[in-house]
Amino acid sequence: MTTDLFVQSLTSGLTQGCIYALIGLGFTIIFSVTGIINFAQGDFVMLGGMLSFFLAKSAGLSLLPALLLSILIATLIGAVLYLLAIRTARRASVVSLIIITIGAAIFIRGIAGRIWGANPVAPPFFTGDSPLSILGASIQPQALWIIGTTLVATIVLHLFFSYTMMGKALKACAMNRTAATFVGINPRMMALIAFAMAAALGALGGVIIAPLSTTSYNVGAMLGLKGFVAASVGGFRSQIVTVIGGIMLGLVESLAVALNWGPFTSAYKEAIALVVLLLILLIRSRKLSEEERAG
Amino acid sequence: MLAILKRNKWSYLAMVAFLFLLILLPSQWFLGQKTFLLTLIGINTMVTVGLCLLMGYTGQVSLGQAAFFGIGAYFSAILSTRYDVNPWLAMLIAAMVTGAFAYVIGYPIFRLRGNYLAMATLGLGIIVWIMFKELSQYTGGPDGLGGIPNLSIGGFAFDSNLKRYFMVWFFCVCVLLISQNIVRSRTGRALRAIHSSEAAAESVGINIAQFKVKIFVLSAVFASLAGSLYAHHTHAISPSSFDFLGSVMILVMAVVGGLASIWGAIFGAATIQYLKSEILVQLGNNDVIVYGLLLMLVMIFMPKGLFVSLRDVYNGWRQRRSQRGVVT
Repeated sequence: MTTDLFVQSLTSGLTQGCIYALIGLGFTIIFSVTGIINFAQGDFVMLGGMLSFFLAKSAGLSLLPALLLSILIATLIGAVLYLLAIRTARRASVVSLIIITIGAAIFIRGIAGRIWGANPVAPPFFTGDSPLSILGASIQPQALWIIGTTLVATIVLHLFFSYTMMGKALKACAMNRTAATFVGINPRMMALIAFAMAAALGALGGVIIAPLSTTSYNVGAMLGLKGFVAASVGGFRSQIVTVIGGIMLGLVESLAVALNWGPFTSAYKEAIALVVLLLILLIRSRKLSEEERAG
Repeated sequence: MLAILKRNKWSYLAMVAFLFLLILLPSQWFLGQKTFLLTLIGINTMVTVGLCLLMGYTGQVSLGQAAFFGIGAYFSAILSTRYDVNPWLAMLIAAMVTGAFAYVIGYPIFRLRGNYLAMATLGLGIIVWIMFKELSQYTGGPDGLGGIPNLSIGGFAFDSNLKRYFMVWFFCVCVLLISQNIVRSRTGRALRAIHSSEAAAESVGINIAQFKVKIFVLSAVFASLAGSLYAHHTHAISPSSFDFLGSVMILVMAVVGGLASIWGAIFGAATIQYLKSEILVQLGNNDVIVYGLLLMLVMIFMPKGLFVSLRDVYNGWRQRRSQRGVVT
């Protein structure tokens, strides 16, 4: 493999990995606070990307307001999802909640397909599309935006959970829901915040990746799965391990495709992530089921 | 042996009435124009029953049933078109391969529970779907395979929708009776015990892993048989029938039928297949919106499933009426 190809696939793996990390963070936050896996998580990435494209193109908003508004709308949809579908199904079993969030996922997908059509779209780049040359490889400036935004988001999230009252309340809920209610924390409010935050993180991933890799109404399922891989590396508890897991997955995927050896061709790119998923689940199966019982 | 016939005369009569209805349905003055649809309903019922046994009775999620359905369809199609294998033999090979596959992956995968099991089966389903698309020298790639022959016995070919209707429903009734027997047997009680508490089930000597894998293999074999019949019914298959949405369709049918109900599976399969081919086609590709809504609404308001909830309402009404009858 030549240096420029290596740098090229390293960057593309890193950028994809950042998106998996953001989705994984969403999974981790919701699961640690509520014990629910939101199978619609990947669809918020799609919502972010699609909304930013149509707000910028059709509604004619300039870039920054379009981006912020997309994230805001997706966050509201996340909150509504919790209020209408999760909260109304009180005392639902794990199986019921899985089915409900899958229903929500394909409902959101269906509505998106209905409104925006089936063609893939690409919102404009944040700062032009003239590629930078790094070690002989040409890198889109958008890739730097993605890496930078993810880094900032991870740090802000860490600060939020460590130093703000609300962040600490969420953390308390994640550690012990019953004990948290004793000190006056409302777990339902915290669950609402967790769903909204997860939606915002997904949408953030969506608006930064969509200019580079295009988006369409049905990308959610696959992205959700990969974010799930990232979150299961972190055991659905540790945010920093989730971010590392997401980035590792992105790198493994893109380097495996770049090697182009045996079955690792681009046709099987998606299958690589799924095999990694199965391996991680099986390796961590005991630990994960203990977590689930505790959570 | 047939537990249902022993139970009481009413279930015996219901069974006879059901078979009678099956024979009457395709006649010209009834639903004679719809035999293609009615056959698809039979095929879907077989897949749905498998998922009901797994999800409703045992409490284990599978979001990849379409993969087994697809493996059955592809093995039948490939063996009978490219290698001139007798279609019945191809069907048997398909079922055995699917069963073996489910057995091999069953043991590791059923060490997982709940959410993780759901994601693992979802991932597995997508891997198999990718293989249908990419192994194009065997599967014909995204375009799929055509020219799949009819099944035949001796010189008698199942070459019309009506003939296939009776053949498919013969298989379907067999699958329903087998499932009914399993549910009412020692195995069925073990499965329900696993559903309510794995620790309790284990403590009375139930081998949890073995029962879960057994029922998973059975559901896979049902799906594979249905897939083979599907291939010989439509004569052409493509990967798009066996994707994630395919697995979701099976899930919708099971949910509408009531997860823990063998006979509800017919109701679920019939309702959803009818919705899909007769009503939602007019909405273009927007049928997923309806499926999403159905999944959410049924699970939020009737976690036991639509069919079972309606049956409970009816039973409650009948009970109240009979109690009133005693008082007056």
